[in-house]
Amino acid sequence: MFRTLLLGLATALGLTAAQAADDPLKVGFVYVGPIGDHGWTYQHHEGLKAIEAKYGDKVKTTFVESVSEGPDAERVIRQLAASGHGLIFTTSFGFMDPTVKVAKQFPKVKFEHATGFKRADNLATYSARFYEGRYIAGQIAGKMSKNGKAGYVASFPIPEVIRGVNAFLLGMQSVNPDSEISVVWVNSWFDPGKEADATKALIAQGADIITQHTDSPAPVQTAANAGIPAFGQASDMHEFGKTAQLTSIIDNWAPYYVTRVGKVLDGTWESTDTWDGIQPGMVQMSPYINMDYEIAKAAKETEDLIRLGRLHPFTGPIVDRDGKERVAAGETADDGMMATMDFFVKGVIGDLPK
Amino acid sequence: MITLEKRLAPSTSASILSPIIAITLTIICGLLMIQAAGKSPVEAFDVYFLFPFNDINTYLNTAPEDRGGLLYQPAEVLVKAIPLALIGIGLAIAFRAGLFNIGAPGQYILGAIFAGGVALHVPENLSRFIVLPLCLIAGAFGGLLWALIPAFLRVRAGANEILTSLMLTYVAALLLDWIVRGPWKDPAGFGFPQTPDFPESAIIPIILEGTRLHWGLALVLIIFAVLWFILARTVTGFRFTVTGLAPKAAHFAGFNQRGTVYLVFLISGALAGLAGAIEATSTIGQLQPEISAEYGFAAIIVAFLGRLHPVGILLAALVLAITYIGGENAQISLGLPKNATLVFQGMLLLFLLTCDALIHYRLRWRTRRRA
Repeated sequence: MFRTLLLGLATALGLTAAQAADDPLKVGFVYVGPIGDHGWTYQHHEGLKAIEAKYGDKVKTTFVESVSEGPDAERVIRQLAASGHGLIFTTSFGFMDPTVKVAKQFPKVKFEHATGFKRADNLATYSARFYEGRYIAGQIAGKMSKNGKAGYVASFPIPEVIRGVNAFLLGMQSVNPDSEISVVWVNSWFDPGKEADATKALIAQGADIITQHTDSPAPVQTAANAGIPAFGQASDMHEFGKTAQLTSIIDNWAPYYVTRVGKVLDGTWESTDTWDGIQPGMVQMSPYINMDYEIAKAAKETEDLIRLGRLHPFTGPIVDRDGKERVAAGETADDGMMATMDFFVKGVIGDLPK
Repeated sequence: MITLEKRLAPSTSASILSPIIAITLTIICGLLMIQAAGKSPVEAFDVYFLFPFNDINTYLNTAPEDRGGLLYQPAEVLVKAIPLALIGIGLAIAFRAGLFNIGAPGQYILGAIFAGGVALHVPENLSRFIVLPLCLIAGAFGGLLWALIPAFLRVRAGANEILTSLMLTYVAALLLDWIVRGPWKDPAGFGFPQTPDFPESAIIPIILEGTRLHWGLALVLIIFAVLWFILARTVTGFRFTVTGLAPKAAHFAGFNQRGTVYLVFLISGALAGLAGAIEATSTIGQLQPEISAEYGFAAIIVAFLGRLHPVGILLAALVLAITYIGGENAQISLGLPKNATLVFQGMLLLFLLTCDALIHYRLRWRTRRRA
């Protein structure tokens, strides 16, 4: 009570700047996996480090790792809010409802939820247009695959993942129209054992190139052992499959996190909906290797076209598996459609749980 | 050379002291580990173990109008202790009878599934006073059915109940996984493997506004009172103990051993199932692949730490709940890794078993005889 009064007094006297210098902004992160997953959570943690490097004493960072997307999440988020954190990033889709709930209880604390769609005055959302990278990877796969069959280790059948599968296949079909993808759902973001098993199953079914939407390097590793090329996910997984990784779609959250923390520090933070791709650098491609020069050159070209806005991965005609036209020829899918995508394009094999 | 020699009469007081010694040793070693990791052990002790008491203290010293939310963490300890205590007491009954039901996570999952089955399929306008009891009874029944399988296999085929009950845990987890992805999946869930939210009538009401503490707590206390009475004051309780300590004596006393196996598994399965049902209809409010079934394993520590006694188990459930939440707090305020919590729990069980071994056996130092 006394403290609040004191703070009010300080504000009235224009001492907020001095106050801010004394009292660092506490920034909290909730991770779905371990920081050592070498994928999704690892990249968010790189963002945390970037915040520390940029703002030094002005911030104090905290993270809680391996928080399950169940009843524990609400307590963890709430505990961060209650212990004086001014800005809290919850970095997995499954944290959406708990974040909304806690944000309601702590209107003065600012929340940011990754990949979700529920917002409030103190709850912003952010995500990356990973599908742009998927399209480039798909084009490479179309040129590298001998039988036109790719294997996709997928996590959950949510729009974000479905979009990635479709973008990859559209990229592949842009060079080889008969390409197909087999999808295996492992129903986890991080489960190296299951991810490796799924990769083996896909290879056994005849896939000669592997890609993934899960967080561990296990698929790249398994593909390397089988002598099959693969694409990394979320971070550069080159170390785990030196001969296998063609490129990796890197989630570069650091600039976004640094910007958002800066906005809280200078008092200009607002609840926003950010969806950035290759152009501002939220999505990056690791070096194109283990492929012919011509293929690498073409990939770089596609990357540039997307960056310049000359190429949209979801350009019609796009026909779904049931033969229904989803995007007419010459048109592109709008954000609303991509955000709720619940169909597979023609050529995806494997069930799509409804 | 050191050998273990059975003591003629293990000391009763030592047997009660054993968990206290184990907790003390765990704290000492844990703090040494934290010191080695370069953090302050005093602060860690505070964050890990004293937070609920600190919070209650702050609450009492705060003006009533500013108290909002201060009891959240102490309430969370109780919320976590509810399933641990329920499963723990069920396991204790089995362990007393010398039957090692290790499959509580599976029975817990079946309990949640059965409760969810009722919650998702009752008419919407039905009263809470009908729906909730139905959910909980169905949950207990689900756990009981799952526990019947190892009991049946043990009685009929002589199969080791440790193995069968443990393996059925994985079957149950896959069953839940299939249900939430297949038949009961939420059509509006964006493809996420989860059922729709349970109707309001299938959610256990909150006791303390602003926390997640629910009326399941009262149910647990009633169940504990009843079980304490049965174990301490009735022939049935005596039957379990005798069967565990001296199977032959139990036989001569006319206790049917097969009957005991069934009864014990029914009770411990029903309690684990009830715990799953309570968790599903309180903090979770729907079915999803992750419903904290690992409580079923943590409850093994609870049962032994609580000396297989109802009062001890209540206390032990609180201790374990504190280490869970303290572990999260330590991540938040000290930056300790999550694995520190698992190390704490592992040390606790290790020290407890060592203490117990030393109560029943003494160490003998022997020099080898020369030939």
